[in-house]
Amino acid sequence: MVRNPSTPPGSPPDVPRFDFDSVQLNNVSRHFGRRRALSRISTTFRSGDIVGLLGPNGAGKSTLLTILATLTTPTGGEVRYGGRLANQAGAALRQRIGLLAHELYLYPELSARQNLAFFAQMYGLDGDGVVTAALTRAGLADRADDDVQGFSRGMRQRLALERALLHHPRLALFDEPFTGLDDAAVRVVIERLRALAVDGAIVVVATHDLDLADGLVTRVALVRDGRLLADEPAATGLRSRYRGAIGAA
Amino acid sequence: MVLRTALLVLRKDLAIELKTLEIVTTTLFFAVACVLVFSFAFVREGQAPPDAAPAILWIAVAFSGTLALGRTFERERYGETVRALLLAPSPRPALYLGKLLGMIVLLVLDEIVLVPLIAFLFAAPLFARPLLLVGLLATGTIGFAAVGTLFAAMLIRSRTRDVLLPILLYPITVPVIICGVRGTAALLAAPVDEPIATMWLGILFAMDVVFLMLALWTFEPLMTE
Repeated sequence: MVRNPSTPPGSPPDVPRFDFDSVQLNNVSRHFGRRRALSRISTTFRSGDIVGLLGPNGAGKSTLLTILATLTTPTGGEVRYGGRLANQAGAALRQRIGLLAHELYLYPELSARQNLAFFAQMYGLDGDGVVTAALTRAGLADRADDDVQGFSRGMRQRLALERALLHHPRLALFDEPFTGLDDAAVRVVIERLRALAVDGAIVVVATHDLDLADGLVTRVALVRDGRLLADEPAATGLRSRYRGAIGAA
Repeated sequence: MVLRTALLVLRKDLAIELKTLEIVTTTLFFAVACVLVFSFAFVREGQAPPDAAPAILWIAVAFSGTLALGRTFERERYGETVRALLLAPSPRPALYLGKLLGMIVLLVLDEIVLVPLIAFLFAAPLFARPLLLVGLLATGTIGFAAVGTLFAAMLIRSRTRDVLLPILLYPITVPVIICGVRGTAALLAAPVDEPIATMWLGILFAMDVVFLMLALWTFEPLMTE
């Protein structure tokens, strides 16, 4: 059940509102020199989807996420966000995208509060309330003024997750979101991803953890050698399907 | 919007620098050491060769600036925060402007120490025309930092950035350094050659306008992967 699209709590004054219910990839390819990272990927992700982007190391999952995040330009094909291209929507589109990448996009010299406050302001979200709420969700309220360089990987991962979701993105992209998390934190993140989808976000999760993906994702996109091998609704027995399409997992 | 984002980036950079004092101390240490070595080499019985002081001032600024450029973007590379900045819904040239302002603040801090030190060690009357000196230092610093910030940002993903930065930077910024040296030398002439100093100031200003326009125009395409 998908609720009405969430409205971003704020945006920079000069950025027009932009919303979309789907992201469509048409023959998207990306080459780095002679190396082919992605080859003619075509699919559509819709509001309310939790898409599991699965594949072995070097399959092209992270490249696909950075293309969806508009950080990397495809060398072929196009990505349409509700019918508009990234370069047509510009800053208004970036306002609706959240990315938790493998690198956590945090300043280790700054405190958790300073990191979140900086990114909140970059997204036009002023006020301590947003930051305090995010710190509480990350379970870091009591460590808010400690420098991030003193945090464990799990704590940094939780903080980075909140940083990525501060602005209520419509397209939420996650690259290995469960790295370094303990069981309790994993459960919290899973619930967070489900809540995002219920709120109408398009959630894309690249992960190697098939056990966690099984039961979480609503669609599965299997990628190998830059090619999309399967794109289908999720069902139980993800590991056996993965083995069938990709090989041993 | 552009100014707001630029100031946010500047404030963030200054907050990090205030906590670590890493760039300020290393660049100042390097610049002061550079000036001291030159003073021992050139000053004899309280007399330095003509025009040595302006050359050493600008060399110290350029070299310590290069050091600062590398380090300030290393921070954005660590943890890939540069990508988070590029993903933010702000005009991307504003990110450049914010980093540029941070570089200018760091270089100005260097100059606040370097100018009196050089005036003392080289017995150079650098404060004879303070407004012109400030004008030359300001325009020279902006010109150097404008090009340096663009190249440092552009090279952030290059493995050989430490080698490539000076190779790319110095050929473009040498004219700025030369203008700065000649303008400052005119201030040290006896009597002070104000028209010549003003001419070099005008040339530096024109270079700043060109460099800034080109950098703001090319920053976004250069940073797109």
